[in-house]
Amino acid sequence: MKGERDVKRIYLDNNATTAVRPEVLQGMLPFFCEAFGNPSSVHWAGSQVSPAIEKARGQVAQLLNCQPTEIVFTACGSEGDNFALKGTVDVLREKGNHIITTAVEHPAVLDTCRFLEKKGVEITYLPVDGEGRLDLDLLERSITPRTILISVMWANNETGVVFPIHEIGVVARRHKVRFFCDAVQAVGRLPVDVQKAQVDLLSLSGHKIGAPKGVGALFVRKGNPLTPLIHGGHQERRRRAGTHNVPGIVGLGIACQKAMDELSFVPGRMEPLRECLQSGLLTLVPEIKVNGASAPRLPNTLNLCFAGIEGEALLLHLDIAGIAASSGSACTSDDHGMSHVLEAMGVDPLLGQSSVRFSLGRDTVAEDIDRVLEVVPGVVQKLRDMSPFWEGRACRRAS
Amino acid sequence: MYSEKVLDHFTNPRNVGEMTNADATGEFGSSHCGDTIKVFLKVEDNVIQDIKFKTFGCAAAIASSSIMTEMVRGKTLEDGLQLTNDMVAEALDGLPPEKMHCSCLAADGLHKAIQNYLNGQK
Repeated sequence: MKGERDVKRIYLDNNATTAVRPEVLQGMLPFFCEAFGNPSSVHWAGSQVSPAIEKARGQVAQLLNCQPTEIVFTACGSEGDNFALKGTVDVLREKGNHIITTAVEHPAVLDTCRFLEKKGVEITYLPVDGEGRLDLDLLERSITPRTILISVMWANNETGVVFPIHEIGVVARRHKVRFFCDAVQAVGRLPVDVQKAQVDLLSLSGHKIGAPKGVGALFVRKGNPLTPLIHGGHQERRRRAGTHNVPGIVGLGIACQKAMDELSFVPGRMEPLRECLQSGLLTLVPEIKVNGASAPRLPNTLNLCFAGIEGEALLLHLDIAGIAASSGSACTSDDHGMSHVLEAMGVDPLLGQSSVRFSLGRDTVAEDIDRVLEVVPGVVQKLRDMSPFWEGRACRRAS
Repeated sequence: MYSEKVLDHFTNPRNVGEMTNADATGEFGSSHCGDTIKVFLKVEDNVIQDIKFKTFGCAAAIASSSIMTEMVRGKTLEDGLQLTNDMVAEALDGLPPEKMHCSCLAADGLHKAIQNYLNGQK
């Protein structure tokens, strides 16, 4: 909204979305006006584009280490989440009606579970500890003969806390329960190998990895049927009707290819910058808390609470200084309560309102971090000076 | 999302801070979002001679607090009691619908301080 003033724009909200990569855009351009056909058509216009769809399918499959036929293109991460949950409930209704998930999933999973709960599905929402970690034993003990699905995200979008997906995969296999993983934040930032992780379903979103908005994919392991969410055509082997978003799918393929090429060095470049931001803020600003500090985290995510102030006020000051960050999850910025993730971690409600998330991207440089470290302390002090909860630093200790 | 006026009062809040010799204070916290205001009053001959505030909250809450102090400074206590949320929001050239409740904070905090003053007078 601001940021257009004479300040350098710094984008540290890459968990919300990323810019389309130039090479992705270049690859997409021929599929708007030249190769415009419907890949389902038999004529020249259709046959011009169907190989591009299959190429992209191969690129996504390669990144996830699965067969191309196991990739279903979707419109977004949320569609993948809905598809995996609702499709499993419908197709396995004879087997059971119990789903195990966590209290800190993305709303696309949580709200879908609440919807299914109203339809009679039994849902177990596993708690997390103060660092955002799951209790694996509790997960295993929650499995009943009626359990049809375990749904756990690979990494949390707000805190970046990474879950022990490989261990959960072992548990799921042992009990022969289908395992779905929302890997929207993990893809491109961590190695995501569906064979090693033994997941049966996995969702990803294009716009988090430099592809455009409006395209995603769901990995559906062979032998795990799913009732379609969208009926009406034979596309995607009858798993997802609807004319293909050809340019978007081509873009997703290239973005996955790039993510694969860069996995060996981009996360390794982001992590020291995140550490620099974290240690810098801890040094310069008193009474702040890093959420999930001692848990394994995504290399790009830093979620903090600044005692005595409100997160949105801090965000707006950062925005005026050209710095884009987020408070909690961008999807819930219309809510006034604290984030459900921090609530599940037992963060004090007042402290929880002061949370801000910085999420670095592949283009983030050291100067960006320096600028944030230059701006944040003064802005926090200004807001604390006008906060009735900060009089004489009487506020409860943040950490 | 916010009007220029909101941004102005948010970045340069008027009458922010504490008052050591206040005649009355009033604190009000929103049950909706946890935002909290503390209002300090200096009253002479039924007139609000000076007013200060401290607010924990979003930009809308801080801007509402700030403009509220400008609206009632030099006014009578009765005028202060008649100040409404809508008047505060209007003075800010409007607030986004989901932020309207933040304007309540300023008016209610002021009313609380005035009530405390009047109760102390009895």
